[in-house]
Parts: sequence; C-alpha cells; structure tokens
Amino acid sequence: MTILVIAEHDNATLAPATLNTIAAAQKIGGDINVLVAGAGASAVADAAANVAGVAKVLVADNAAYAHQLPENIAPLVVELAGGYSHILAAATSNGKNILPRVAALLDVDQISEIVSVESADTFKRPIYAGNAIATVQSSASVKVITVRATGFDPVAAEGGSAAVEAVSAAHDAGKSSFVGEELAKSDRPELTAAKIVVSGGRGMQNGDNFKHLYALADKLGAAVGASRAAVDAGFVPNDMQVGQTGKIVAPQLYIAVGISGAIQHLAGMKDSKVIVAINKDEEAPIFQVADYGLVADLFEAIPELEKLV
Amino acid sequence: MKVLVAVKRVVDYNVKVRVKADNSGVDLANVKMSMNPFCEIAVEEAVRLKEKGVATEIVVVSIGPTNAQEQLRTALALGADRAILVESADELNSLAVAKLLNAVVAKEQPQLVILGKQAIDSDNNQTGQMLAALSGYAQGTFASKVEVSGDKVAVTREIDGGLQTVSLNLPAVVTTDLRLNEPRYASLPNIMKAKKKPLEVLTPDALGVSTASTTKTIKVEAPAARSAGIKVKSVAELVEKLKNEAKVI
Repeated sequence: MTILVIAEHDNATLAPATLNTIAAAQKIGGDINVLVAGAGASAVADAAANVAGVAKVLVADNAAYAHQLPENIAPLVVELAGGYSHILAAATSNGKNILPRVAALLDVDQISEIVSVESADTFKRPIYAGNAIATVQSSASVKVITVRATGFDPVAAEGGSAAVEAVSAAHDAGKSSFVGEELAKSDRPELTAAKIVVSGGRGMQNGDNFKHLYALADKLGAAVGASRAAVDAGFVPNDMQVGQTGKIVAPQLYIAVGISGAIQHLAGMKDSKVIVAINKDEEAPIFQVADYGLVADLFEAIPELEKLV
Repeated sequence: MKVLVAVKRVVDYNVKVRVKADNSGVDLANVKMSMNPFCEIAVEEAVRLKEKGVATEIVVVSIGPTNAQEQLRTALALGADRAILVESADELNSLAVAKLLNAVVAKEQPQLVILGKQAIDSDNNQTGQMLAALSGYAQGTFASKVEVSGDKVAVTREIDGGLQTVSLNLPAVVTTDLRLNEPRYASLPNIMKAKKKPLEVLTPDALGVSTASTTKTIKVEAPAARSAGIKVKSVAELVEKLKNEAKVI
C-alpha cells in the first residue's frame, strides 16, 4: 500500500495539520508520499522531505496551483491517483474544498474528518455534531479521506530524508481565478495548533472587551477563540470561531469565558484535555463538560487570573 | 438566470440525538425534522438574487424520502418557484446525491447552483464539491458573500485564516456558510400560496443514476462522555488546581 498525503501550506511553510495527517497515514500503514502543489513552494517541499516517515515528496510547481483552486488541483491529484491505496488531506478549509472534488472525479465516496483508524479500510468519524461516532468501512479502490487533526498526534517535523521529485503535470481549468484574501495577522499561536486556547462568548458583551482575553492569552502563550454567538454579534472575525462549523480544537487547556456551551460549540472543543469554564450563570451547560468551573463575573475574574498565572 | 437550490431534510438542529441501543444508527423516530440550516441560507440567497433581479427562476430540489416534500414546500413558501423531489427511501451517500443532482442540473441547465456547505446529520461537507466535479463547474465553497456580474460570480469564502475571494465562470456551484445571510421566515399567505406551486417527483431510476456506495456504516456509538468536574471558589484556587493538579500551566 502507498498513501498520498496532500500537503497543507501557503507556498512558504508547511502547515502543522499536515503532520497530523501523516500520523493518520502511518496508522493505516504503508509507504507515505506527500504532494506539494503550489507555486514557488520549494521551501515547503524541503520541509515535507524532512518529516519523519515520509518516503517521497512530489512537487507540482505551477502558477495555476498558487492559490489551491480546486478546479486546478483536483485534476492533478486525480492524474497522480493511480497506484495509491489512500489519498489523505487534513480537514482544513483547503482539504474540505479540494478532496470531495477529487473523490467525485475518481467515482468513489469520501470519508470525511476521521478521528481514528481502526484498520486500513475502517475508520471512525463524528456525525451529528459529535453527538455520535460512526465506524465506517470503505470498499473503494482508492480511499479518499479527510483527517481531523485533533484526532492524531503529529509526527516529528524532523528526522526524515525523503526524495523530492518534480511533477510536470499542469492543469489550469480556466474556470476560476483568485481575486484576493484578507488574512488575520496575529503573533499568537494558530488556534488549531495552540497548547492553550482562551475563548470568549456572548458574555464578553463587545469586541473591545476581548482585550482582556488577549492580555491573558499573551501571558499564557495561548491562542484566542470565540463562540458562534460572539462571531455573529460581530465582536470578532469568523476565523476565530470554535465549534461544529468553525474550528475544531483539542488543546491541553481550554478556557471558556462567558460561553454558555451550546452543543455546536462543545462539538468544537470537548476533546480538550482540561476545560475551564468561567461564567456568571451557574446553570450554563458549559459547566457539565468543564473540569474546573468558576461561577464569577468574568470582568473581575479575567484580570485577576492574568495576574496570578 | 435560473438558479437551482438543493435542500436536505435533517433532524432539527435543536434536537439532541440519541444513539440506538443496537448501535445501528441514531434514533430518528418521532423527532422533529427540518430543513438543514445551511440549506435555508442557500434558499434565502437565491430569493435575494431574485429580488435583485439577477435570478429569474428558482428551482428547489431535494433528494430524500416522500416527506422531504415538507421541506420543499417550505422553500416554495420562502420564494422558490417550483420544486423537484428525487425520491429515495434509502439514506444516500454524498456521491450518490451529487450524481442525482448532476442529472437534475443536466435537465434544468441552471446558471448557478446553491447548496449548504454541509448537512448537520452526516457532517460530510462533500455534496457541493462533488456536484461541481461531476458537472465540470467551478466551485465557491463556504461562501460569505456572492456577487453575480455578467458571466462571472465573485464568491468570498470563509477560510481557516480569514476570507478569500475567487471569481468563477458561470455556471458555477456555490456552498453557503453561516454568515452569508440571515434567512427570513415564511409568511402565512406565502405558505398557502406554496401549496399550489408545482412539485415534480422523480426517481433515481428515471434519472438513470446508480446510487451504489463504496462505504458502509458498521456501527454508530455514543461519544465517550465527559463528566462534569468541580466548581472552584476563587481565581486563586483555579490557578492552584491548574498548576498543581492538572499541571497544564
């Protein structure tokens, strides 16, 4: 068996989620190849070649792949698919965008967001916002799978010495073009990779009050997230949303501040190792999943917490 | 232009589902069913395009059991012009649904197809992308803004690090994210009018589509339960516990 893992990157750096995806590939077993499709992405290819457990890195370097447009990347992956038993990508916005297009072109079902590998053809994945876990078996000739990063501990970024091979195939469907992007700039760790996450909800009352969370996060070296309620209210941008339809996180420590704990939010953070809830409503459902609950006014508790940690 | 909207009948988002004792699935007997929330956003976006004069006709389609007609009637009450049900009692995978939708697309020739980004039951997030692949259309997934101009549509997408805008040639497939719009409620007169709007029922056989699947669900279990911990009395006690008991800071 040989497994193709599609690298997640921005043409400059290899995203950490790729390391979790490679970990899932190792559980399946077999040789692991990594595809880096991008433009001017040689640094990413070098980083992928250094990852422990990677046998070969395929680099498709072409302007058409610069922005990961699925209309161009999917036919590339389909062209390379022959000879692979599995094709994996991280369940990031890119992976979710591209891989179903690949699966349909290959005429196979996709298995989305696996959290565990039972065997080479059997996987576990959450359904109903994590309220049930399905065990699914695939009889497809090529198994197309997205991997939820929090389900797998990442492999080491160093220690490998894979061969790097150029792929000349150029696919430009000419159906779509990149116009622009607005990416949030932050010196804090990335939400899905952070060891500590501090999240705020409707209880924060406004966007300005998130400064209390930023101050606490900076002291802890944490990322800052938010509930859907806080995002919908316009307190913070959407890329900070943790939950079923936002980001799925599983840090060592998750501190939920002024978040009531709707099931859709819990779906995004309940695999965290330790959960702390700070809320003035002692009936809030978040306390049912919290290891440590503090019933308090967050505007008093957060500055005090910042001082004491 | 003609807009096709796909909607799915799913368990209502307020229902806390329970896994069946025999682990064959979740218990859907006597629970409230609704239109998938992302599909409501898709219908709303189509209706807004019609109100702006961009869309001329809205066709709403669902793949599902007979009573998915309820969700189609809801979409008609919200402003869709006519409905198509591709009736299938079996629970179909995303690829089969995409193939059926592709057959409907071939028949209807819409310029824009709008779907929800994922259904809240299977949480697959696949159908729109698969339909785009099968029809050869461009795709704009996780849309938070959709602007049609001439023979192109600009789609602003919610991506991991923020927002990305792509320009797609029409015809195209768009899947909706939460912040694309806030769906309206159907008014009573519109609900009455919707009963008279046309609703066509087709079958996978009539569309010549095989719904065979390469995956099977072996079992469905409840997730490992997380039990409530303790309440601490002060911030100082919390910090002490995090440092010495949980050892996470």
